[in-house]
Amino acid sequence: MSKFSDLGNDLYTGARSFNFVGRRKIWYGVAAVMVILAIVLPILRGGYNFGIEFRGGSEFRVAGVSSQSQQIAIDAVHSVVPDSEPLVSNVGTDSIRVQTKQLTDLKSEDVRVALAAAYKVQSSSVASSFIGANWGADVTGKALNGLVVFIILAAILMALYFRTLKMSAAAILALLHDLVITAGVYGALGFEVTPAAVIGFLTILGYSLYDTVVVFDKIRENTFEVEFSEKTTFKQQVNLAINQTLVRSINTSIVAVLPVAAILFIGATLLGAGTLRDIALALFIGIIVGTYSTLFIAAPVYSQFREGEEKYRKAEQKVLANA
Amino acid sequence: MSESAVTKGARKRLTWLGVLIIGLIAIIGLGSATNAGASFAPKLALDLQGGTQIILAPVVQAGTKVTEEQLTQAVAIIRQRVDASGVSEAQINTQGNNNIVVSIPGAPDENTLKLIRSSAKLEFRPVLETSQGISSTSTGSNAGSTASPSASAAPSASATPKPTATGTATPAVAGVDAATQAFYDSLDCSKSFRKAGQVDDPTKPIATCDTTAYSKYVLGPVEVEGTDVADANAGTVTTSTGASTNTWAVNLKFTPSGSDKFAKTTGRLFPLTAPQNRFAITLDGYVITAPTLQAVITGGTAQITGSFDKNSSKALADQLKYGALPINFEVQSQENISATLGSEQLTSGLLAGAIGLLLVIIYSFIQYRALAVVTVGSLVVAAIITYLMIALLSWRQGYHLSLSGVAGLIVAIGITADSFIVYFERVRDELRDGRSLGASVESGWKRAIRTILVSDGVSLLAAVVLYALTVGNVRGFAYTLGLTTLIDLAVVILFTHPMLELLAKTRFYSSGHSWSGFDSKALGATSYVGRGAFRVSSSVSAEKAAKASKEANKRQTLAERKAAENAATDSKSGKSN
Repeated sequence: MSKFSDLGNDLYTGARSFNFVGRRKIWYGVAAVMVILAIVLPILRGGYNFGIEFRGGSEFRVAGVSSQSQQIAIDAVHSVVPDSEPLVSNVGTDSIRVQTKQLTDLKSEDVRVALAAAYKVQSSSVASSFIGANWGADVTGKALNGLVVFIILAAILMALYFRTLKMSAAAILALLHDLVITAGVYGALGFEVTPAAVIGFLTILGYSLYDTVVVFDKIRENTFEVEFSEKTTFKQQVNLAINQTLVRSINTSIVAVLPVAAILFIGATLLGAGTLRDIALALFIGIIVGTYSTLFIAAPVYSQFREGEEKYRKAEQKVLANA
Repeated sequence: MSESAVTKGARKRLTWLGVLIIGLIAIIGLGSATNAGASFAPKLALDLQGGTQIILAPVVQAGTKVTEEQLTQAVAIIRQRVDASGVSEAQINTQGNNNIVVSIPGAPDENTLKLIRSSAKLEFRPVLETSQGISSTSTGSNAGSTASPSASAAPSASATPKPTATGTATPAVAGVDAATQAFYDSLDCSKSFRKAGQVDDPTKPIATCDTTAYSKYVLGPVEVEGTDVADANAGTVTTSTGASTNTWAVNLKFTPSGSDKFAKTTGRLFPLTAPQNRFAITLDGYVITAPTLQAVITGGTAQITGSFDKNSSKALADQLKYGALPINFEVQSQENISATLGSEQLTSGLLAGAIGLLLVIIYSFIQYRALAVVTVGSLVVAAIITYLMIALLSWRQGYHLSLSGVAGLIVAIGITADSFIVYFERVRDELRDGRSLGASVESGWKRAIRTILVSDGVSLLAAVVLYALTVGNVRGFAYTLGLTTLIDLAVVILFTHPMLELLAKTRFYSSGHSWSGFDSKALGATSYVGRGAFRVSSSVSAEKAAKASKEANKRQTLAERKAAENAATDSKSGKSN
């Protein structure tokens, strides 16, 4: 603890400093590789694995069962299609509803027979049908629409508050980086994309921007009227701001990630696949990437956008001449 | 600010927080005690608690088939209607080639069912005749005695007035053909008289009843259609002085072409005598209201008053607003359905949340020592308010907590804690500059609240935009996000800051006890005074006169010092990378 608080003090005064801005070429390189991997790997895997909520699928209705245990149905489906996670619900008092991804007619018939055998009913009392997506194109369309409007409005809000469009641009660049990488991990691991995962994804969107704004607020403060300074440059002030908020960034991301890690751990060990694991995974990756990108992408990019400006370049020359 | 003013301000804000919490408890308590449907247990969504599965089958004439496009369109319209009735995260999808499955949490009431299945074919027709709905032939028609056929009121010239053979007081009205008249005369509204999904010819008069079976009508051809309505909402009627009354009304706004048609109709009907100065609005063939015209309505907006209450006016407005379904549906089955995710998901989720919270508490104690008491206290207060708000909103807004909602709340722990971390780190920064704890808390707060406001502003913006523009689960998520963001703000302003102000007054904290989290030695402030480098802070007060760039100057001196030291420790910083 004392070491950590020493670090905090040194970072604050500048006695110690991590060179976030100066080494940006390395960070950009890392980001470029990550983004390319996040795009290429899911394609190599054969695209995203969308859940039945998006694609629709097959539905089986087992009527007149004596036991409404859902595990029986899950086992029966797995015996025919091991890679499908069925959604099982009890309907009324003596029926079971099983939804799986879209199955071929042959597989579908096998599942029907397996379900009938598992629940010890006549195969005629298992009805099968196709179901459409309940997260249809209209939901997706509206969500994307909302996303675009939000990003535009957030950019305007930040531009007004920080008095520069360049901060908005840098923040949104970092946001896109986070979204692409989070989505990429999902695609690369072949996890099923469920509505819960999408919600987790949207949570990341909010978190990533939030985290960037906190650090940018310190940058705004540190670089205020820096063009009149004869001892420090714009670049150095941005780097100082990142270092001064570094303890906060670390503390916040640890505090945010601890509960998510708990969900992920419990979700993965106790429950296996499921909504909780899906959503926790998206959040876990997103929070870490979101914090990382604020420090290594958003702030250096912002510095690069501005340090070339006439007034900052002149001030920098003066500082260098003084040194 | 004097010392006592700070304490007073802090006490006042804490009192407001107490009032807020007690107020919430009182509202919910009152709501559940009076059986108004409130409960301290929040309602859970479909995935956690199950609900009702309604299968809708289309009603079509023999030989016609429902197209896929019609079904998709119907799903979209039904989803909008369901969303309009609250944030319940219903699931709506097609099944097979024909059916639509609607799964909603809890048990639906009649209003919800009506909203879901009603095709909402809305028509405006002029009233030609009206009389009591439950008729024995002898009551005759009171409308007939006053109705005077008017050439201008007859939309159709082909019909010839023909007195009915029974000789009761039901004189025929121009434009009503014999078959309709005969049907009208024998119409008994207490008996079912329309086939499900019956479609009327819009160019011919119809005889029908109102939805309460109180009156029966003969109506002229359709003059304005449901599609001519641009918008509809429910509200209470305001008087000319602007005072709100207790009368509920549906406000209609017509499209440009609709408002032309409506102006023409009302212009023609208004001078007529009762009942022909009335127009009827029919929904799926039944008269929902037949208001008497108060004026010629040319502005494109109209207000319908009548026997509405809050729910019925909203239901009607929603039906009008979200349009007619392309096909009629009937409820094929309605059954309870269990949670789609099994209860172990919720228990594990809550267990994970508890473990996460415990880890956060342990981490705060390591990082902030005794200051963690404030963090933990703030999180507990935030948790209490969040719980109460969710209970309140599931009562008032039909909010249902889903598993992704639970996950959203767990993530909110992090974002809420961040506000405290930003604040504490700011206070520590001020302490490092050599200020007293009291002064550090005040100036640290002023800086921190700016950051907290703008970052929460971004989150709130996300919540509002996504709520307004999306449907289904995304909307539920936006709701949770907005809620937790507002609670974060409330807690940091009404609890964390005043608590810190009060604690800064205690000896334990103000003396910088090594366990207080504000140990100035640990924060390195004294060592700088010793080196003399810290003297710059005296120049800060001198520079306070330079008002505009006060902040910048102070930061610059710091930064300049850093730059100087940077050169000396260059090799060191290279290592730490």
